[in-house]
Formats: sequence, C-alpha cells, structure tokens
Amino acid sequence: MKLQYTIPADDFTRAGEASAAVKATLKRLGFPSETIRRVAIAMYEGEINMVIHASGGEATVDIFPEKILMELADNGPGIPDIDKAMTEGFSTAPETARHLGFGAGMGLPNIKKYTDELTIHTELGKGTRLCMVVNVAQ
Amino acid sequence: MEHLLHSVTLDVDSCVGCTHCIQHCPTQAIRVRGGKATILSERCIDCGECIRVCPHHAKHARHDTLDALKNYEYTIALPAPALFGQFQRLDDIDVVLSGLLKLGFDQVFEVSRAAEIISDATRKLMADGALEKPVISSACPVVVRLIQIRFPNLCRHVLPLKSPMEVAAALARQRTMAQTGLAPEKIGVFFISPCPAKVTDVRFPIEYSHSQVDGVLAISDIYPRLVHEMNHLDAVKPLLHSGVLGVSWSFIGGEAAGLLNDNYLSADGIQNVIKVLEELEDDKLSDLDFIELNACAGGCVGGVFTAENGYVARARIKRLQKDLPVSCNRAEDVGSLSSLQWEQPLRENPALRLAGTVTDAMQLMQQAEALFADLPQLDCGSCGAPTCRALAEDVVLGLASIDDCLLRLRGK
Repeated sequence: MKLQYTIPADDFTRAGEASAAVKATLKRLGFPSETIRRVAIAMYEGEINMVIHASGGEATVDIFPEKILMELADNGPGIPDIDKAMTEGFSTAPETARHLGFGAGMGLPNIKKYTDELTIHTELGKGTRLCMVVNVAQ
Repeated sequence: MEHLLHSVTLDVDSCVGCTHCIQHCPTQAIRVRGGKATILSERCIDCGECIRVCPHHAKHARHDTLDALKNYEYTIALPAPALFGQFQRLDDIDVVLSGLLKLGFDQVFEVSRAAEIISDATRKLMADGALEKPVISSACPVVVRLIQIRFPNLCRHVLPLKSPMEVAAALARQRTMAQTGLAPEKIGVFFISPCPAKVTDVRFPIEYSHSQVDGVLAISDIYPRLVHEMNHLDAVKPLLHSGVLGVSWSFIGGEAAGLLNDNYLSADGIQNVIKVLEELEDDKLSDLDFIELNACAGGCVGGVFTAENGYVARARIKRLQKDLPVSCNRAEDVGSLSSLQWEQPLRENPALRLAGTVTDAMQLMQQAEALFADLPQLDCGSCGAPTCRALAEDVVLGLASIDDCLLRLRGK
C-alpha cells in the first residue's frame, strides 16, 4: 500500500509530521518495532533535509510485508558533492537552522545507517530524489 | 470486583452518550454504542482521563473499601506520599499516620520508605552501567502500560524494578510475620491510593506473577473518616520513617531528584508524556540518563482518587518536607537487589494492531482507507468513534457500520 505526503517549506515545527504518520501506520500494521524505528528515523532525517535545504517536497512510502520503500523528492538546489554530504559532521545548513539545533551533519549519514539501500539522484539547480529501502526484520 | 483488565466503570444511567471521553482517550479505547460509552478492555491503560473529562460524572474507578479490613487478623496501611498533601493546616505527617491507626489499621508503613530504597537501587544499577539509557521510570503504571501498547520498542528502556508500593507491601508483610508469627494470609496489606491504575496493577501485575497488596483504598473514599480520626487523636505517635527523597515521589520531578544526577527530563500529563516518548523513539533524546514520566498532571498528587487539587497538595507536601531528613532508607534494607527486580521482562501489548499478521492488517487497512476517503474527516465523534479513521477501521473489523456516520447519511 502507498502513503503520500507533502512536506511543507521552511516550517521546522511541522517537519516530522510525515514520519510520525508513517510510524503510526506501521505500528497499526504490526511491523516489528526495530523496523519501524529505522523507517521513522530515516524518514525524519529526510524530511528535515527537505525543509532545511529544498523548501519542502513530496514523500511517497510504499509498504510491502517484506520491505518498506521511501522516496523523497524535492525541487531544491541539488547536492554538489554527494561524498562530502555523506561525511559525518559535514553540513551546509544555514545559520537559522543551526540555531534550532539542526545542521549537525548527521542527516545523510544517519539515513545511510538506518536503511538497507540508499540511492541518491541529484541534479544541480533541479532537485534531489532520495530512494530508501528498509527490509523488514524476520 | 469483576475480572476486568481495567478499573474504570460506567454509571449507565448518568452516561448521555456524548463524545468527551472518546476524544480524550490516549489509546482510542472508548466507543459510544447504543447511546452509552463502552471500553475496549484490552486497550485501556487506566489513565483516568475519561473520568476527569466526563461532564456527567458517569465514569468511576473501582477500589476496595474499609470493610475489607474485617477479612484479616492484622492489617497494614501503605499510604502513598500524595496522601500527606490532602489536609489543610497540617504541620506533622505523623498526625496522618496516627489517624490511619485510629481508622482501624494495626500498622502503617509509608510507601515513601520503599521509594527511597528504589531510588538507592536505581542509583546503584545506573552507576554499574547495567541499564540501557535513557532509563525510563517504571513508577507510573499508566506509563508502563502506555509504552507496552504504543511504544513497544521502548520496553527495554523501562527501569526493571518493582514499584515502591510493591516493595513496601513485601517488606511490611515479612516484618509483621517475623514479629507476630502470623501466617501471610492472616495479614491484610492495603495501599492508600491516589491512582485507579494501581487497582489494576495489584490485580493484574505486569512484571511479576502475584502482588503482595491485598486491597487498594481510594484516598477520596477514606478521606472524610480519616480527617475525623485525625481531629480526634489522643496522641500523635512518631511513626514516620522516610525523608525528603521518598516523600517527593508524590509529585513530578521527585523521583528524578532522588537520583542525584542532573541529566534527566521529567514530564507530566498524558499528552506530554506521549510527546516525550515519540521523541525518545526517534532517537532525539539519547543523550539523557533518566526520564521520569507521570501520566497525571503534577504527578501522583494529580491522581483521580485524590481529594485535593494536585498543585495545592504539592505545595503542602513541600512545606511538610522542610524539617525532614534527606533520606532514611537504603537498598541494603531489603537484602539483595534481586528481590527488587522484576520477575519477567516487559513485553509488547499488541492490542492496537489491526490483525494478527502484517498481510491481513494491510488488507484491512486498505479497505479502511477506501472507506475513510468517503467520510467527512471532521472527527466529530457523533458516530461513537473518536476519529473518522477509527470508524473506518471499526467498520472493516465488523465493530461498526458506515451508516453510523450521520453526516455521511445526511449528504446522501
């Protein structure tokens, strides 16, 4: 089954609503709690990234009994250097986001850590599409 | 008392079938059916929110009464520290304890004594690195049940120690058996409670097989008689054996303060507790050592069974504490730490799952989503379910009809 969410632009207080909704749905469906935890954290980090860097975007979650697919697509500036962006502690978050406690440079590294597959499609000036897969613990 | 998994009861004549209780329930455990509220027993965590919000006072909680003392040769009162804040112009906790003796108990043993033992044991376990951080307090039975049903992934963070009530009951019974030579079943141990969840906790303990508490009395129920006895005392006996740390467990922040460690968070009120657990589940609070959560606003002084406003009670307890020692009890008082620990690990309660398997649940949810799309999505509650989505799920589970939605019928 498919869930779809619009991630709002520049609203830190609402970032996390989509991941919370996904988490609630997965609990209701009876997925193992460790799987839910990994999906929720990866999804939350992705949402925050879209709010900080890309003025929001679209999230699609495909739920299968054996795996959860998440796609986060935005029309933001794109990532110039993916290797650098994947480095723990590296961040290009603006001062405003840092004041709110974001910008620790752990977003993409955490997504990598909590997912089983991560593919990043990015084009400068056009946008970024993150495809994440979490396999369900058996 | 009946064998139900919760302590909340309904006065059918007073219930008008309005929507206050269904919309405040944190586990969506209430529905209005046939014009009356009904509780989905396996989902209820005994938080008491429905009792608080009912404008018609149709919701109550079961408890024992003083008549139960007649069933025992020797009786022990275990007053919760919240009791001490219920009285105007009180300047000595021993007046309350002496009043309990005059009420018919043979002995009093304050739960705050056991609270100090638990504080000491928690400090030792945390210093040994034996617990997964952040450690979540297990003192509030509603929070423990909430975690089992809504945050199962956090079960392993819950402090695996018995509640102060349970430890106090075991200690008081053991010592009385040694002093009097009475058989354990001749001794009646009664908790004087601010909290309906403790009634369930005693009847259906989660983390051990059998409770040492024989009955739970509501503070509000014994209050008038206790005040009378306190006003007619011949002598005030020096009975109090606990200090500031133990008595402080009656309000939010008290348990955490007893850990003598600043790296903690305290939250009270069920909705605030849920927000903290959500953040903890998402790894956002992993730098904390301890999390104290109380389902009632203000902590146990805000319990449904109290007689006084919780904030007034807390102010009074703070005044009463001023002349007390810091703490009077240590973990060594019970022998080995293992007697304080749970007999079994905390397990998930799957009551909120739609079906037994993920595949079945996905099928039901897809059907429910299709129904939901056709509902007004105003969450008005007039169908008897708390939200439109809850109605859609009830329909696919065969518990309700889509025609229960009056707005949808009107639109047709």
